[in-house]
Amino acid sequence: MIKGLVLMYASHTDKQTIHTIRQSKMSHKVLGFLTLLAFAPQVNAASPEVNVYSYRQPFLIKPITTAFTKKTGIKVNVLYAKQGIAEKLEREGKYSPADMVLTSDFNRLLEITQKGLTQANHDDQLIQAIPKQYRANDSHWFALTTRARALYVSKSRVEANDQITYEDLATGLFKGRICIRSGKHPYNISLIASMIAHHGEQQTKIWLTGLKDNLARKPQGNDRGQVKAIKEGVCDIAFGNSYYYGKMLQNEQQKQWADAVNIVFPNQNDRGVHINISGMALAKYAPNKQNAEKLMAFLSGEEAQSMYSALNMEYPVNPAVEPSEMVKSWGEFKSDTLPLSEMVKHRKTAYKLLDEVKFDL
Amino acid sequence: MSNNKWLIAAWTISIILILPAVFLILQSTGSDTPLFEHLWATVLSEYIVNTIQLVVLVLLFSAFFALPSAWLIAMCDFPGRRYFQWLLMLPLAMPAYVVAYIYTDLFDFAGPIQRTMRALFQSDVAVGQHWFFEIRNVPGAALMLALVLYPYLYLIARTAFMEQGSHLFQVSRSLGQKPWQSFRRIAMPLCRPAIVVGLMFIGAEALGDFATVHYFAVNTLTTAVYDSWLGHGSLSAAAKISILMLIGVMGILAIERWQRGRQRFYHKYTGQNALFKLTGWRARSAVIYCFSLVFSGFILPVVILLSYAIDYASLNTDGQLGRVLLQTVWLALLAALITTALAVLFSFTTRVSSSASGALPTKLSSMSYMMPSTVLAIAVLIPMTLFENNFNDFWVAMGYQAPGLFLSGTTFALVFAFVVRFQAVANGTIEASFLAVSPSLDMAAKSLGKTDSQMLRLIHLPLIKKSVFTAMLLVFIECMKELPAALLLRPFNFDTLATFVYQYVSDEQLEQAAFAAILIVLAGLYPVMRLTQMGEKSI
Repeated sequence: MIKGLVLMYASHTDKQTIHTIRQSKMSHKVLGFLTLLAFAPQVNAASPEVNVYSYRQPFLIKPITTAFTKKTGIKVNVLYAKQGIAEKLEREGKYSPADMVLTSDFNRLLEITQKGLTQANHDDQLIQAIPKQYRANDSHWFALTTRARALYVSKSRVEANDQITYEDLATGLFKGRICIRSGKHPYNISLIASMIAHHGEQQTKIWLTGLKDNLARKPQGNDRGQVKAIKEGVCDIAFGNSYYYGKMLQNEQQKQWADAVNIVFPNQNDRGVHINISGMALAKYAPNKQNAEKLMAFLSGEEAQSMYSALNMEYPVNPAVEPSEMVKSWGEFKSDTLPLSEMVKHRKTAYKLLDEVKFDL
Repeated sequence: MSNNKWLIAAWTISIILILPAVFLILQSTGSDTPLFEHLWATVLSEYIVNTIQLVVLVLLFSAFFALPSAWLIAMCDFPGRRYFQWLLMLPLAMPAYVVAYIYTDLFDFAGPIQRTMRALFQSDVAVGQHWFFEIRNVPGAALMLALVLYPYLYLIARTAFMEQGSHLFQVSRSLGQKPWQSFRRIAMPLCRPAIVVGLMFIGAEALGDFATVHYFAVNTLTTAVYDSWLGHGSLSAAAKISILMLIGVMGILAIERWQRGRQRFYHKYTGQNALFKLTGWRARSAVIYCFSLVFSGFILPVVILLSYAIDYASLNTDGQLGRVLLQTVWLALLAALITTALAVLFSFTTRVSSSASGALPTKLSSMSYMMPSTVLAIAVLIPMTLFENNFNDFWVAMGYQAPGLFLSGTTFALVFAFVVRFQAVANGTIEASFLAVSPSLDMAAKSLGKTDSQMLRLIHLPLIKKSVFTAMLLVFIECMKELPAALLLRPFNFDTLATFVYQYVSDEQLEQAAFAAILIVLAGLYPVMRLTQMGEKSI
């Protein structure tokens, strides 16, 4: 057993290993073979490849990475996890196999850059494709898509109103009428952090308390679940990312939920709707750095950007790419121009405030 | 001398298994006073109350489900008993988060049941005005967890009831005790160690659960662990909360041991049990009781999964599921084999060692069970990557090419994490059955000049082989379902069925992975059935 293990690790696909195991006694042979099967690395070192740690579900990015592989012949290996990727990367240190990281929100993106787990990517194509406000000054991170933290309002119970603001939702007008997912979800953390940046900690706490008092039910479920709740009459207004609207419209079962609501972009008369991003960064010790640079350039390019918009209903960061017809149909809106890095400073305070007002309890 | 051989082996391995926990503690000695004060002043007290409520309720529900059904199967004869004895085990094959997803979908305000009720009876009543039980709360989450966890207790209690034999019970009845009195005064005390082991598994699973409680919007201490680590960025605070939870659990177990005192029971009974024949309403209630458990814990969820799978059939023809299934089975099997072998080593060492230190390897290697799985995954990475980085540095310094992350980057990390996590399950099962082997057998073997290994091979293993197999199957099923560690530690392009299902569940679209979820259940069916068959035959 031990022998099998050691040989296994000495050379991954070496025929010698199998040969040696064959020569040993029967029981060793079986055990060695079992070990070989069990621990055989899934990555073939011979062909060109790029290793991606991803906070985004693989089925969301698969069509795009498939297109990349088709074009370049570079295989894309993905490891997806919802939590703990930054911590894993940190532990792996300089022998980490990761070439790049994909995140579904900005907090996570900045977390890995702040932990020193990334390196700069000065690729010309990339820098030309992505506007300045959507990438780090030192080129350590890049946004890929933007999405608005929009409001979904009941068609039948809320009169058409494009004047609504996030601040309004904490007033007595909406008592018992609001639904939201857990305050600690990254999308809500970002929104609360932006409130802190605009109004300060004290005012945000008052806002959060008012918002909590207005909730129709304790925070639960995901963004789509809130729209479903509006459809069923639990509440009238819900927070949700913009792309879910398109995704629900495309799902036979969920279409009736989406049909019950309008998507509204709040704060149009002042600072604009809160924007979050999905993004990417080049891992500090990327073993396949050149391939990763190619993939990053590809993801910011026109083909991938329009796929993001068509498949995931997000807004492309590349100004040369138009959003898909569906996304365009939701109308134009004004976005909050607060720099992303400014928002991230208040992330921990946002967590603290949520605990203080017992938002999720 | 040969005692020492066993001791050294057991100690070395148990120290390797406890390394993740030790490194976690070492890494987390920083001061978190502000964070702790903040948590304490705000949410921690409610988390603690929720946690205690959750665990107590899960234990109560599980006992309420498992003990009567185990007793019925072990002691009584009623229509369908032959089938119920394994049907009752089936919910074990069901991952809790899948059951939770299905039931919230069903009973939620926006779910089909409440919608139908509104349409039928109360369409004129304003929204939110009519009463319906809320499922997303502590009792709801506890019910879901108990529904899939009770088979642990059922399995262990049923075997214990069977092994104690009906003769003691008959004696007590003939001495004028009523059935209930006999149950309380004879059966329960005799089976108490076994029942406690069962409850301990269930309690630990409930305590460590994150996916289900999160889905139910219930905040527990596990939430605090995740928040302080991933939200407030303090691994050290997370570790401290984990350690507090561990101390709490160990305290309760210590009280139980102390209260049980120095009682020891050795079963010598090998005859056939005479079953009480139930008739009339008694038989009917027994059938209804057992059926409703099987129905809600297994049949209903599977039917719903099947209907999802049919609705979304087009999405499942990916072809990769077969590979994922094989990988998962392999991994689970390997972890089960290793865990069980180690558990035998530890328990045997405890038995043959003359010093008190012989009992420690079992205890040490069981401790990581209480750690939330994601924390465990990182805890596993700490010593592993430390070793790998040093090894790589050394290798490079010697002028060779760095071999890379040959432990944490391969399935080795996964198997190791599974072993660390589920060692307690195997230990518990095997330790209990070692205890039931009378020490007089050891003395006889010794006086006939047998060595320790001969004694283990010729006497103990044949006597405990049933629980060896039981341990293996339990760990296998656990590994099939395990999620958080698998998610973080699996290599590139490697999925277990659980991680495959989870990427959809995390997007609240279980429907799309219903077929894979059914595969988890199917792969668990064979071991579950074997588990029950083994319980039937006496040693």
